[in-house]
Amino acid sequence: MTMIKAIVFLPLLASMVAGLIAFVDCGTDKDKKHRMDAYAQYMTAGVLLACMVMSWITFYNVGIHGGDAYTVKVLSWIQSGGLDINWALKVDTLTAVMLVVVCTVSAMVHVYSIGYMHHDPDVPRFMSYLSLFTFCMLMLVTADNLVQMFFGWEGVGLASYLLIGFWYNKPTANAAAIKAFVVNRVGDFGFALGIFATFVMFDSVNLDVIFSRAEGLSNATISVFSGEYHAITVICLLLFVGAMGKSAQLGLHTWLPDAMEGPTPVSALIHAATMVTAGVFMVSRMSPLFEYSDFALQVVTIVGGTTAIFAATVGCTQFDIKRVIAYSTCSQLGYMFFAIGVSAYQAAIFHLMTHAFFKALLFLGAGSVIHAMSDEQDMRRMGGTWKLIPVTYSLMWIGSLALAGVFPFAGYFSKDMILEAAWAAHTGAGNYAFWMGITAAFLTAFYSWRLIIMTFHGKPRADEKTMAHVHESPKVMILPLMLLAFGACFAGWAGYSYFVGHDAAHFWGNAILVLSDHTALEDAHHVPAWVKYLPLVVGGAGIAMAYVMYMFVPSLPEKVKRAFGPIHTFVYNKWYFDELYDLIFVKPAFAIGRFFWVWGDQKTIDHLGPDGIASTTQDTAQKVSVLQSGYLYHYAFSMLIGVVAMVSWYMIFHVG
Amino acid sequence: MATIGLAHYLAVAALLFGTGVFGIFLNRKNVIVILMSIELLLLAVNINLVAFSVELGDLAGQVFALFILTVAAAEAAIGLAILVVFFRNRGTIAVKDINTMKG
Repeated sequence: MTMIKAIVFLPLLASMVAGLIAFVDCGTDKDKKHRMDAYAQYMTAGVLLACMVMSWITFYNVGIHGGDAYTVKVLSWIQSGGLDINWALKVDTLTAVMLVVVCTVSAMVHVYSIGYMHHDPDVPRFMSYLSLFTFCMLMLVTADNLVQMFFGWEGVGLASYLLIGFWYNKPTANAAAIKAFVVNRVGDFGFALGIFATFVMFDSVNLDVIFSRAEGLSNATISVFSGEYHAITVICLLLFVGAMGKSAQLGLHTWLPDAMEGPTPVSALIHAATMVTAGVFMVSRMSPLFEYSDFALQVVTIVGGTTAIFAATVGCTQFDIKRVIAYSTCSQLGYMFFAIGVSAYQAAIFHLMTHAFFKALLFLGAGSVIHAMSDEQDMRRMGGTWKLIPVTYSLMWIGSLALAGVFPFAGYFSKDMILEAAWAAHTGAGNYAFWMGITAAFLTAFYSWRLIIMTFHGKPRADEKTMAHVHESPKVMILPLMLLAFGACFAGWAGYSYFVGHDAAHFWGNAILVLSDHTALEDAHHVPAWVKYLPLVVGGAGIAMAYVMYMFVPSLPEKVKRAFGPIHTFVYNKWYFDELYDLIFVKPAFAIGRFFWVWGDQKTIDHLGPDGIASTTQDTAQKVSVLQSGYLYHYAFSMLIGVVAMVSWYMIFHVG
Repeated sequence: MATIGLAHYLAVAALLFGTGVFGIFLNRKNVIVILMSIELLLLAVNINLVAFSVELGDLAGQVFALFILTVAAAEAAIGLAILVVFFRNRGTIAVKDINTMKG
């Protein structure tokens, strides 16, 4: 019971202490600065490693051992009329899985950062932000009510903003941070509306209360803009808008690639493994609501399937190593969502877990490459390095094998499960998602090996100075990668029977609700052989094609590009989403802002208000000052007139 | 021959006062004229005071007149002293040039 409190609040404590260390003034004292940096690094990393071990124990107790779910109340928060909200930590299998994912990846990233951020002047601040993020993420996954979840949700958004804009001297980093924040506002607005609607319908924001009342209200309606709609569908769609924002689904994904402006450990922790999966977690957590709305589930399926294929196509054309992996993340999140859409929540969380390992591995591996190449991120200026950095090279291979879903790596188990479940759903949306998923699986394998070949093989395309400097990363960076690689190898194999196999019912307990007529996950075990092997085949084909195009016939990509000119341009420009949003939202927003600024503020309020009064006063003063001629006799004359007037007045009215 | 009464004195005083006032206002030449005009104003007041004092049989008015004469003498002395200093500084005592208080 106290362990969960320790897991959640220790990172907060670590963050505060590291934050205080950041304020220590070292002046020009290099030794003192190194000492302070080391304190912050080892303290936060140590705390996170402890949390990691505790999260594994919790996971074993609640999940594998099948212990009961429990809720630990920390404090009473809001009590107002019927609204009663506590700070409380809810621990069930779903939370336990997230605890393992968050704490493990976070601990690895903390350790990795000791090496990666070694030269940075702001190490304590960075470590403080990382720990703050971890705290907020843990708050999110342990929330026992929607408001507390929203607190964590906003908290991770804040930490993400701070970390994307960590190098605040870079204008692009600041712009990306603002973009991430603003785009997430759209999603958060939906989430907030969803919470309000939930409170209206269920009279509570407590998860257990909501879930117990969901069945009774499964046919209730809610009026929106004077129309009557199915209440749970409305709530679910609103919540899903929130999830789309955080999890970078099609439409609200534009912030994720730009978020790569942040330091690479941040990309690995926040924009690959944990924060972006918050949407998947939230929708799974709300499964007792989503189950009662077929329409909402269909929307989730279609958005997920479309995102998977969209991001995969874009990933094939990008040249920035981190952006390729970012689009890959976006695509994999699409997989998770369409798994949810066919009621295979368990498969989605399974993929979330395996994905966290191999995607964090890929990002940190990419960070290791970038570190070796003296901060070069463009794959067109890499190549020929595989003999120089063999450990990083082989770790990237493991990550890519897991991502492409090659047997027996982690991605194989979870991704196949998702595709099989989509096929087994036998719905229009399910089939759409299945074929999109299969195509995306082909593209995934293709862009993964495109990345590997462009980064490590071929002739060196970097200048000699960079190539001479290429070196393997220090142990403190390689060791976390090893552990993540271990997870990428075995997490799928080890977790299969617990997450989606025989022990699933025992493992999940009551954490996820699936109605008895939603049998996609069960049916997924009985699909035809071709469905089972198709993902593997297209994965192999993707790898082969990447080898042909980038290794054996390097002139081919140019030819393909010319043959499909317009399509390539369309995909290369990321389907023109940024340009479209710029046209629809950003430019009009600027125009409206300018209009109100110039016409509303400057020409109306200022003109009539402060400026107007000031200039009237000045004009009057100018006119009156003419009276001040400076000639003594003028003053004397006016005095005399005054005296005469006063005396006359006195004589006329007061005397006689 | 009519006796000279209060009204005659007051008329003389009023004429003197008017002369003084016009001396101040119409004067464009120099400051000394203004000082002289002020003397005229004071004298006009003195005539009034003495006339009323005799008329009413109250000595206070004549005592006042003596005070005013003293003050007028002091004022003339100081005024002329200022005028000398002013002339040394500005090189002129023409009234139309004295307008540094202009707003």
